[in-house]
Amino acid sequence: MKYDSLAEFFNMGGYALYVWGSFGVTALLMIAEPLMLRQRRRAVVQRIRRLVRLKSENPS
Amino acid sequence: MSSRLINWFKFSSPATFYPLAGKIARVATAIAVVLLAIGLYMSFFVAPTDYKQGEGYRIIFIHVPAAWMSMFIYLVMAFWAAMGLVFNTRLSAMMAQALAPTGAIMTFIALWTGAFWGKPMWGAWWVWDARLTSELILFFLYIGFIALQGAISDARRADRAGAILLLVGVVNIPIIYYSVKWWNTLHQGASVSLRNGSSMSAIMLETMLVMTFAFWAYAIAVALYRVRVIILEREKDARWVSELPEMRP
Repeated sequence: MKYDSLAEFFNMGGYALYVWGSFGVTALLMIAEPLMLRQRRRAVVQRIRRLVRLKSENPS
Repeated sequence: MSSRLINWFKFSSPATFYPLAGKIARVATAIAVVLLAIGLYMSFFVAPTDYKQGEGYRIIFIHVPAAWMSMFIYLVMAFWAAMGLVFNTRLSAMMAQALAPTGAIMTFIALWTGAFWGKPMWGAWWVWDARLTSELILFFLYIGFIALQGAISDARRADRAGAILLLVGVVNIPIIYYSVKWWNTLHQGASVSLRNGSSMSAIMLETMLVMTFAFWAYAIAVALYRVRVIILEREKDARWVSELPEMRP
């Protein structure tokens, strides 16, 4: 193992703020983006389902 | 021979592209997850400590892939914008629109990790140097494109206006890329270039490439999932949409 302890790993040779600040925010964004996209998809699928139901209930 | 030719225009129809995009996106998601796991492991446990920057340099493994993606996604968007203007295909504009938020996020990551790297190494979060400033302009181009699309209610007009904005903004990409050569910048020159190869150690370069392909797969997956949503939003009244299996009550 490169690091002698877990604490040393998190310390990143004194660069903890900068390394974790970079990787942390990147991870946050790359998790948030797909989640927000899923919300958006759910919303549009729900709207279309409603449209389909309305059409099947009163066919013109 | 002719049987091997593919009718590419067939895929420019949203109805045919929708299921295909779903399939490619699923594969890309799997690739992204695997490559991110390998890439992160290499970033922290395989790549050695840098002799000058200690552990601080590990930011490079997200900074450079994100910066590359920020420029590459913009070029792909501009390509789709041009295709949309020339062939008047609806799907082209949807592709450009689907890529924009991911491109903006990649640009933000490049700027953010750049600041978090600049602070310990240069002593400043931000400097108005050519590389940083032109990358910031790229971020504003993405935001401007998204805002413009949102501000015009007629989809076709929004597509055309957005396409022109994208094509004009392309001029910024070579400026970003060559900024470290053209001007005397605080930002270091390219560590990896097509002509000169790499000035990094092999394992560092390999780690960066794995992360780059991971970001690539991520961007493909997210953009294709988003284009599917955009297709649904725009074609919600179409018959083929109402006949999709996911629309059954």
